Amino acid sequence: MTSRYGPAAEPVARLIEEFHKLPGIGPKSAARLAYHILRIPESGARSLAEAIIAVKEQITLCSICQNLTDIDPCAICSNPARDPFTICVVEEPLDILAIERTGQFKGLYHVLHGVISPMEGIGPDDLKIRELLERLKNSTVEEIILATNPNLEGEATAMYLQRLISPLGIRITSLARGLPVGGDLEYADEVTLGRALEGRREV
Amino acid sequence: MPLPRTYNTEAIILKHSDLGEADRIITLYTPNRGKIRSVAHGVRKTKSRLGGHVEPITLSSMMLSRGRSLETINQSQVIESFLPIHNDLKLMAQAFYLIEMTDAFTSEHIENYPVYKLLLDSLHHLSKTRRVELLFRYFEIQLLGYIGYRPELGECLNCRIPVEPVDNFFSPSDGGIICPNCAHTGPMSQAISVNALKVLRLLQRGEYATAIQLRITKDLSRELEETLQGYIRYLLERELKSTGFLELLKKDKMAV
Repeated sequence: MTSRYGPAAEPVARLIEEFHKLPGIGPKSAARLAYHILRIPESGARSLAEAIIAVKEQITLCSICQNLTDIDPCAICSNPARDPFTICVVEEPLDILAIERTGQFKGLYHVLHGVISPMEGIGPDDLKIRELLERLKNSTVEEIILATNPNLEGEATAMYLQRLISPLGIRITSLARGLPVGGDLEYADEVTLGRALEGRREV
Repeated sequence: MPLPRTYNTEAIILKHSDLGEADRIITLYTPNRGKIRSVAHGVRKTKSRLGGHVEPITLSSMMLSRGRSLETINQSQVIESFLPIHNDLKLMAQAFYLIEMTDAFTSEHIENYPVYKLLLDSLHHLSKTRRVELLFRYFEIQLLGYIGYRPELGECLNCRIPVEPVDNFFSPSDGGIICPNCAHTGPMSQAISVNALKVLRLLQRGEYATAIQLRITKDLSRELEETLQGYIRYLLERELKSTGFLELLKKDKMAV
């Protein structure tokens, strides 16, 4: 069989093909990666392959917070030191890492795995919203922090959640909007600057 | 003389989609250059200077530089942020519909100032009117007219005889009215009442101020919606995605 990668041997062509499927990897980078793998010792290649298999086999969604985890419930949900009365709702698992880096949040999380995006046809049913409501139904949660991204889809999702959750009588807050540290007032848009004024503080 | 590399324009931001690590593809609708797709580099970083100036459903003043397939946004400054829309889920869902319609019916780099003006005016009207159905119908029939799908409401498309004030038929495939005498020849047409036809004509004449004052019953409103939606579905050969969300809000009674 002649491959579209010319004279490359069939297993090599197959590897190039696989790399090429990854985001941001063009045909040239794919070929370079494949030939790099050929050069490294077998142990290196094996541990890469095993790492890939391991994430697919061992990583599932936490049955409570929907975060990616290898144990269920996940490390955060099963940590007794965390405050079970506060849930921070985020769009993606990566957002948890960002909030954890602040070291200032001790509560639990809920991952929606996306945002409402009417023009892409992504509605509430495509997100983990039902799981969130289920979770709130018979719980002692006192506060929901909406930490969706401060853009159009994020705001739409936050407003939708707010309407769903407010009848439950739980306190709903959202992350403050304001100026980024190291930013420049001159380049701030009116909405951000307006919210920053609204949320100004006594110093 | 070669075209200058950069140019300034106002633009209504229609939509965005993520590109690579921190960039976004931003779809714009401009007064003199029609729809444009452009890249905003680094816009997802918190310290981006473009940040809030390229959010969908805002009007911005921009400097763009030409590219082979996509323009690049060099600078952007919000002119109008349509805050009432951004602060209300129902208005936002309705604005999504206007935006998706504009996006679906236009092609890139084809100037159409009336479409720009129609969208801008409609976004302004949206947060001020309580007659959203009439605004939608006005927007739909005007938009269809500006892009070459103006429905014929004056004479029967088959026999060319002026339409009589009786129940007629609307045929999406012919793009207008078919009189009762010719109706059996048309492939798929739906009945349209005298009142609905009158309202459509009024909307088509473009008198927004008069049209929005009309008192119409729920049944008439539904008839108008079904007629135009049928025509739009026929032209696009698909459903609009944003209508699903609008329906959902209506159904949940959450939009009230």
